[in-house]
Amino acid sequence: MHMADALIVPAVAGTMYVASTVAAGVSVREVKLENETKKIPVMGVMGAFVFAAQMINFTIPGTGSSGHLCGGMMLSALLGPYAGFLTMIGVLLVQCLFFADGGLLALGCNVWNMAFYGCFIGALLIWRPIMKKGVSKGKIILASMLGCVLTLQLGAFSVCLETFFSGVTELPFSVFLMTMQPIHLAIGAVEGLITSAVLVFVHEARPEMLWGVGETEEGKFSFKNTLVILGVLTALVGGILSLFASAFPDGLEWSIERITGSTELESAGGIYDVFASIQEKTAFLPDYALKGSESAVGTTISGIVGAVIVLLLCVAVSYVFKFFRNQNKETVKGNE
Amino acid sequence: MSKINRAIYELQSIDATAKQNRWMNQIHPLVKLILTIYYIVLTVSFHKYDVEGLLGMCIYPMVVFIIGDLKWKDALYRLRIVLPLVCIVGIFNPFFDHRVVATFGSVQVWGGVCSMITLMLKGILTVFASYILIATTSIEGICYAFRLLHVPKIMVTQFLLIYRYITLLLTETKRITQAYALRAPGQKGIHYKVWGSLVGQLLLRSMDRADDVYESMCLRGFNGEFPFGKPKKSAGGDVAYFIFWVIVLFVIRTYPVFRLVGGLFV
Repeated sequence: MHMADALIVPAVAGTMYVASTVAAGVSVREVKLENETKKIPVMGVMGAFVFAAQMINFTIPGTGSSGHLCGGMMLSALLGPYAGFLTMIGVLLVQCLFFADGGLLALGCNVWNMAFYGCFIGALLIWRPIMKKGVSKGKIILASMLGCVLTLQLGAFSVCLETFFSGVTELPFSVFLMTMQPIHLAIGAVEGLITSAVLVFVHEARPEMLWGVGETEEGKFSFKNTLVILGVLTALVGGILSLFASAFPDGLEWSIERITGSTELESAGGIYDVFASIQEKTAFLPDYALKGSESAVGTTISGIVGAVIVLLLCVAVSYVFKFFRNQNKETVKGNE
Repeated sequence: MSKINRAIYELQSIDATAKQNRWMNQIHPLVKLILTIYYIVLTVSFHKYDVEGLLGMCIYPMVVFIIGDLKWKDALYRLRIVLPLVCIVGIFNPFFDHRVVATFGSVQVWGGVCSMITLMLKGILTVFASYILIATTSIEGICYAFRLLHVPKIMVTQFLLIYRYITLLLTETKRITQAYALRAPGQKGIHYKVWGSLVGQLLLRSMDRADDVYESMCLRGFNGEFPFGKPKKSAGGDVAYFIFWVIVLFVIRTYPVFRLVGGLFV
């Protein structure tokens, strides 16, 4: 996923350098506050370890191919997000200067795409909340898989955005996105499996090495805070990126159009009319726009509203699921 | 040669090249670092159809490779990662951009073809520029230049330590994978059942090594700060070298030098 210098323009590179520098500044401050001189050589050796581990090919069962480790999520699970982030910067700099993997100008982009998501989103929003109430093999696998898949998806999405804003490729944004995301889904899953295998081994051999395990600090990154941050991110994605939403039919609409000549199926009579009249009354944003408006603002508002509704729905379903699971547990306990 | 062996060889080869006693290696590291960044920024700032302008930028690597006694073969080898990536991104341009941007007789050149060529040229030139920096500047020199640019000490120390321990851990990884390969002949990669234990063992050994390193550093007076050796002060020659390239590259970026020179003859 390393961006090359040729794929970006100075404006994008500069923006990403600023963003990465801010994250690096915060990390330097936090690591200094910890005031552990021992951490510095540990970070150095761990950076070299990640680099060396990337050289090992892992057989992917049933495919005949092999994958390798990226290491952002693993570093933050062992060193914490701030030290992990600084270590990843060192690894990326060595890769860029000595192996021409990435570029000096694209370093800001690469730090953001690979180190920032892996260390901050992966460690603070996924690893830490999951491990807060103690560690188990299942939790390590869940956090590693979720962390690697999500952070790689975010990284791949950022690569698409950076390339799109640089204007170096004529490939439509949606096509580029649809090429990048599935590939990185598979890569993320493989990395998640390797990371979880290693972290489970570390947990069995030296559990004290894992970061953020059993921290009961309330308020810093509780489940509630995680939900708020994810909510804001969802609103941002839904609100800002919906401006770039394609007016062309989506995959399903395209297929229908090829068969029937129209993007929507015409149906009439009985039950269809009943539900159509209900939908007409409830849909305050028909076709993702304000009623009687075709403006971009309408698209943005509909993006935010849609994101909020989906988010609330997910939360509600999760709570219902949790309620029934607790009921089930109580019934089992009662029977015992 | 295996991937690990190749990586070790590449690191040692660059280290040896950077430590040679050539005049290019004597230039102040900060001058070379700033010049490299300046060159890369100018190169990627060219318009996607400006093939002619980018050809002008070839002057810098061509001249420096010749006067600096650098090996083209090593620089070309470094393109193996960047070039395929750039090609994948650029290869679609001719299919989507059919705008005619130049005509040679009856042959029309599409914008997509031009943007594909510029993308590849940019990829090649930026890799060459980074190679010039790293092949003529030692790691200590680069760290010193970073410190002069006020990059935090902790980050520079990380960079230096990672570089120092990479060879060590690569050798250890080679030993582990070799031992595994001898016990699992004909198997491609590491079997999923031993993913955790194999890399986990390497990780635990690395952590133990980090403890040893820390104790050794403490015995030598380490208190959280790492001293970076000071190279010589920048001489007049370094400044002249810097100013010369800044002006030449700026002129190439601003004026169509090739067209002006060609106009004298055609």
